[in-house]
Amino acid sequence: MSSRLLPVLTMVALLLGWEALVRFAHIPPYTLPAPSLVAQTLWQNFPSLASSWWFTLKITFGALALACAGGVTIAAVFALSRRVEAAFFPVAVLLQVTPIVAIAPLILIYVESTTAALLLCAWIVAFFPILSNTVLGLRAADPNLRDLFHLYGATPWQRLRLLLLPSALPYFLAGLKISGGLSLIGAVTAEMVAGAAGRETGLASRILEASFRTETPKMFAALALLVVTGVLIFWVFNALSRRLLGRWHPSERA
Amino acid sequence: MNVGAGHITLQQVDKRFSAGLLALRDVSLRVEEGEFVALLGPSGCGKSTILRLVAGLDAPSRGTMDAPALRSGGRSTAFVFQEPTLMPWASVFDNVWLPLRLAGVSRGQADEPVRTMLRNVGLGEFADAYPAELSGGMKMRTSIARSLVTQPRVLLMDEPFAALDEITRSRLNADLLAWCATRRLSVLFVTHSVFESVFLSQRVLVMSPRPGCIVAEVVVDQPYPRDPAFRTSAAYLAACREVSNALEAAQAGAVP
Repeated sequence: MSSRLLPVLTMVALLLGWEALVRFAHIPPYTLPAPSLVAQTLWQNFPSLASSWWFTLKITFGALALACAGGVTIAAVFALSRRVEAAFFPVAVLLQVTPIVAIAPLILIYVESTTAALLLCAWIVAFFPILSNTVLGLRAADPNLRDLFHLYGATPWQRLRLLLLPSALPYFLAGLKISGGLSLIGAVTAEMVAGAAGRETGLASRILEASFRTETPKMFAALALLVVTGVLIFWVFNALSRRLLGRWHPSERA
Repeated sequence: MNVGAGHITLQQVDKRFSAGLLALRDVSLRVEEGEFVALLGPSGCGKSTILRLVAGLDAPSRGTMDAPALRSGGRSTAFVFQEPTLMPWASVFDNVWLPLRLAGVSRGQADEPVRTMLRNVGLGEFADAYPAELSGGMKMRTSIARSLVTQPRVLLMDEPFAALDEITRSRLNADLLAWCATRRLSVLFVTHSVFESVFLSQRVLVMSPRPGCIVAEVVVDQPYPRDPAFRTSAAYLAACREVSNALEAAQAGAVP
């Protein structure tokens, strides 16, 4: 009980402290708006912010879904052949180590649709943890169990479905927890670089617009939505991991 | 040395690993149908390698071999490892179902044989439990249930009880003999315990340190299957002494 209550109390205390600081030190709202003003701004601008939020969510989860599909598929190919892995793993590392802010302008030039370019940027950021973790997981199957499958004449498909994929699941989920947060970061960063353009825009464009007009409370309102999104992603994947691994994997067993 | 044909036969077998290490040298042995044979030796002497050869998981570098797994595939042969080697993500039922499942037997068809087998090993109530929820002895019982559910002809056991406490171990020894007696299984049982080898087997083959070869054979010519009273008899102690001496002689001159 207290372990659940404690972080909530801490957050409430921080918000109250922030509110008090702004009120008693007479900090102007264009420098630092009080939490109450941020909440009020969020409420008043919610219709327009919500559509931007929806756009950012679409990019985030679209990129994450592609990262899962791509990461797992490439990992399966790598797991089947050490040679393919040796040939292509450096390419994946290259994509991973290049800062996304630096390659986003190029991608925006090469890819016509802004939405597709943003998806691609977020995907590049998000797919690597899933790929490298899943490769590790597919290799982590118990060698004795592998022998047992061999002895009983398992087909490659049975081996993949009944042995390799379940063995890789904890590793995949650990990668997913990291990639979930990264895909949000990728979606926002890429949109920052792309600038507020086009009909459909996300929360990053809202923040940029508000910044040009020195509407600091609105910047904070958009930021609050991003924080909520990140925390929700973290919660959802933690809950998923607990549900799938709770009964058997040491990482989730009480 | 020609040992003749048996249910399992190894004739002057060498095993050299790709790194150049000679694990087995000139190993000849025979296991008759329905016979329980123990392989006893220090760790690293190649006992487990012999089991892997008999299961068809590895091929000999030299010599000739014959075993059911090499004639007609692995399904007639069961392997029990030192660790229970269960799938942690699957229930006890699903773990025991595995060999049948790999042979194309559906869950419904497997229900009766799997549940019967679980009752046989004393785990009738635990079909839905996960391995992490079981004790060490219960995990090993699950592993043995999985090995017997296919009704194999040959059972290969690689120090299966080495990680268990003494009480669990003697209980499982007695149960194992009962399970094997009703099935006319040929068993090759690897151990480094003199007492276990004498209690369980009709014949103990003593191995030398690497490169492993069989240096002595002790026939435990006592009523079979064993009575628990055998453990406290003079004949048991005499057989243990004979096996210990053979093991001592095999070790002499070797670096421990």
